[in-house]
Amino acid sequence: MNIEMKGINKSFGSNQVLKDAGFLLKDGEVHALMGENGAGKSTLMKILTGVYKKDSGTIKIDGKEVHFKSPQEAEKAGIVFIYQELNVLFDLTVEENLFMGKEITKHFGICDKKAMRAKAKEVMDKMGVEIPVDAVMSDLSVGQQQMVEICKALMVDAKVLIMDEPTAALTERETESLFEVMKALRKKGVSIVYISHRMEEIFELCDRITILRDGSYIGTEKISDIDMDGVVRMMIGREIGERFPKRESKIGDVVLKVDGLTKDKLFHDVSFEVRAGEVLGVAGLMGAGRTEIMRSIFGCIPKDHGSIYIDGEKVRIKSPEQAIKAGIGFITEDRKTEGLLLEKSIADNIEIANLKSVSKKGVLSKKKEKDLVNKEIEEFKIKCFGAWHECNNLSGGNQQKVVLAKWIATNPKILILDEPTRGVDIGAKKEIYNVINQMASMGVAVIMVSSELPEVLGMSDRIMVVREGEVRGILDGKEADQEKIMTLATGGTL
Amino acid sequence: MGKNIEKNKMNIGTLIGEYGAFIALVLLVVVISCVSPEFRTGSNFLNLLRQASFNGLIAFGMTCVILSDGIDLSVGSTFALSAIICAELMIHGTPAAVAILVALLAGTALGMISGVLVTKGRLQPFIATLITMTAYRGLALIITDGKPVSRLAASVKSASGAFLFKVLGKGNFVFGPNDAISVPIPAIILVVLLLVFYFVLHHTTFGRRIYATGSNEKCAKLVGVNTTKIKIAVYSISGFMSALAGLIMISRVDSAQPTLGEGYELDAIAAVALGGTSMSGGRGKIVGTLAGVLIIAVLNNGLNILGVSTYYQEVIKAVVILVAVLSDRKR
Repeated sequence: MNIEMKGINKSFGSNQVLKDAGFLLKDGEVHALMGENGAGKSTLMKILTGVYKKDSGTIKIDGKEVHFKSPQEAEKAGIVFIYQELNVLFDLTVEENLFMGKEITKHFGICDKKAMRAKAKEVMDKMGVEIPVDAVMSDLSVGQQQMVEICKALMVDAKVLIMDEPTAALTERETESLFEVMKALRKKGVSIVYISHRMEEIFELCDRITILRDGSYIGTEKISDIDMDGVVRMMIGREIGERFPKRESKIGDVVLKVDGLTKDKLFHDVSFEVRAGEVLGVAGLMGAGRTEIMRSIFGCIPKDHGSIYIDGEKVRIKSPEQAIKAGIGFITEDRKTEGLLLEKSIADNIEIANLKSVSKKGVLSKKKEKDLVNKEIEEFKIKCFGAWHECNNLSGGNQQKVVLAKWIATNPKILILDEPTRGVDIGAKKEIYNVINQMASMGVAVIMVSSELPEVLGMSDRIMVVREGEVRGILDGKEADQEKIMTLATGGTL
Repeated sequence: MGKNIEKNKMNIGTLIGEYGAFIALVLLVVVISCVSPEFRTGSNFLNLLRQASFNGLIAFGMTCVILSDGIDLSVGSTFALSAIICAELMIHGTPAAVAILVALLAGTALGMISGVLVTKGRLQPFIATLITMTAYRGLALIITDGKPVSRLAASVKSASGAFLFKVLGKGNFVFGPNDAISVPIPAIILVVLLLVFYFVLHHTTFGRRIYATGSNEKCAKLVGVNTTKIKIAVYSISGFMSALAGLIMISRVDSAQPTLGEGYELDAIAAVALGGTSMSGGRGKIVGTLAGVLIIAVLNNGLNILGVSTYYQEVIKAVVILVAVLSDRKR
């Protein structure tokens, strides 16, 4: 299927998000769509599939102009969009999710469970995933849920698949099997639009790449004709310099010491130290227990055994409240459900973590509030109309900056960041790296959990590798490389 | 420039959104005033305020609960049980001031129990307060054996105690030349508490934490908000407000019945919804709730004066609430 989008304009209120944007998709290719957050990638694809209505422009499929009024119409034409935000019914089973709205029925609308099971099994086998069809969705990992979503798309005979950041929550193995499936689909003539911030994946998988910037079409290149620097230049319109900014590490005393931390079934005998001014990277596969270890240190998951020392003194942390008092800040991996009060303003979000410093005996001081919020917005270069701007309407990078700002305003001694750059574009990523570096040079002990190996390698002084709830090794940042980390993360020894 | 334009636009939008309930209220008052000369008298307006005070006090507490993403169905039963406790104490010779104090504390404790069931018991607020609503009503019936407790003021021995009890519901604050203006005490209590709630919700850290808990509990917890404490607190506040309203009621009618306040939870929830507070928490304003309370009171009072049958009154109320909530949703 050939798709041609030309001269697409779209505004939300007074905010023009697409200006003369375009896109050309050929039969049986994997086509990367790249751009910074807010460049208009998702909007463009939502216009293609009828989620949004375009203000002007033309869309042609195989030379014929089309106007889809809803995603259902697009799906009938063979175009399926797999959204970044999972679109699953959490209380229902895998099978019920797969067949929602297109159940296989016998007479009188009675569901043919047997036929549905067989079909579900067939699709999952093709994908190489093993998920029980009668498992309830909420019991699955995010990665598994994502796989179910992809299976759902494969069940209708899609001719064009649009995938928005499909690998953000997948494990290495799941990503690999997804890529296998994508390559197989390409052979069958299915075209795939692939939206991702992960350069490595795009260069491994894609045939061509189209780049958008500020809602406009910048260019389309064959992947063999361009390199990463070239892509970045097109995306941001200027040189970005080094991907990971350098930092002079001034490493001080041990601030956080974790000794023998254990929680049955989650992690076992975890011990490590972090020093002032140090960045400790934490690597491992999805589901290795990294997040759980961090949550336990922060008082969200009660531990079975083990002790935590801060500045050499044993501390008892049973709730986030106590963790914050002890000087820990924690930026969670899921900023939408845990990191932000999405429907509240930037000001509300920054203040809620800093109520003590903007109030006196429980009464808020408007002046202190304003000073704090304005300072943070300026310092973090948060792009917004003002402190009252609702976080829902900010781009992913700016949302993450709000989360960072609120924690850094609490002046933590220890800062734990769980996947701090997930779903964040290159420009904002670098700003976040700068913040991390700045925190470290101020003497904060930083722990950064990340599934992006280049990031872990580029930012860390030392790297701790976790596998199945156990610390497999702690590498010096200078000596570590991708191979060593992956060897440890998959159960090998150095 | 672009930024300023954007901000102004949004302000006009939010202005209409924020004061939508007041606009509806003013329209309603103007329309009924045009039709009925009886309605538009000063004394009727004051009377209306007194009638509104019961629902108003309860709705203020309800607003806090709903802002925290909860609901309190037990307010009507708490209203009755607290009133019964006060009445029983008084006819058994307890000084009025002590009886009133005990009843207020009892109301607070009754609310706290709902809060504990919601947080420690991990029950859904609807279920938790359905349980307390049923239990408290039962207790009120058991204590009184289903009979009203009457002649309350006469049972108080000291003159000052009797005055204190009577002034709560029947008293008027009189002022102006020749004592021309007399404002019912319940209306004054309502206004004072409006100011207190406004201050607490918008100018204290506690208020912020209520909004944060209702907006996203997980996130609030992670930034160190003790959401368990906050939730127990809002249910306790709701219990206190219901008890206060109950005391004003028995002072006014000089007797306490175990069936007092039946269905009051629905009027309170309706007022909160009319005022634009989100039923899923995190968004809303106490002044909106006041507007909602007044809309309901004006409807009750106005339709009565106009002689509309009570059967039709219910339907008209439903339509007004529907229209108000629908127009609110569009924004």
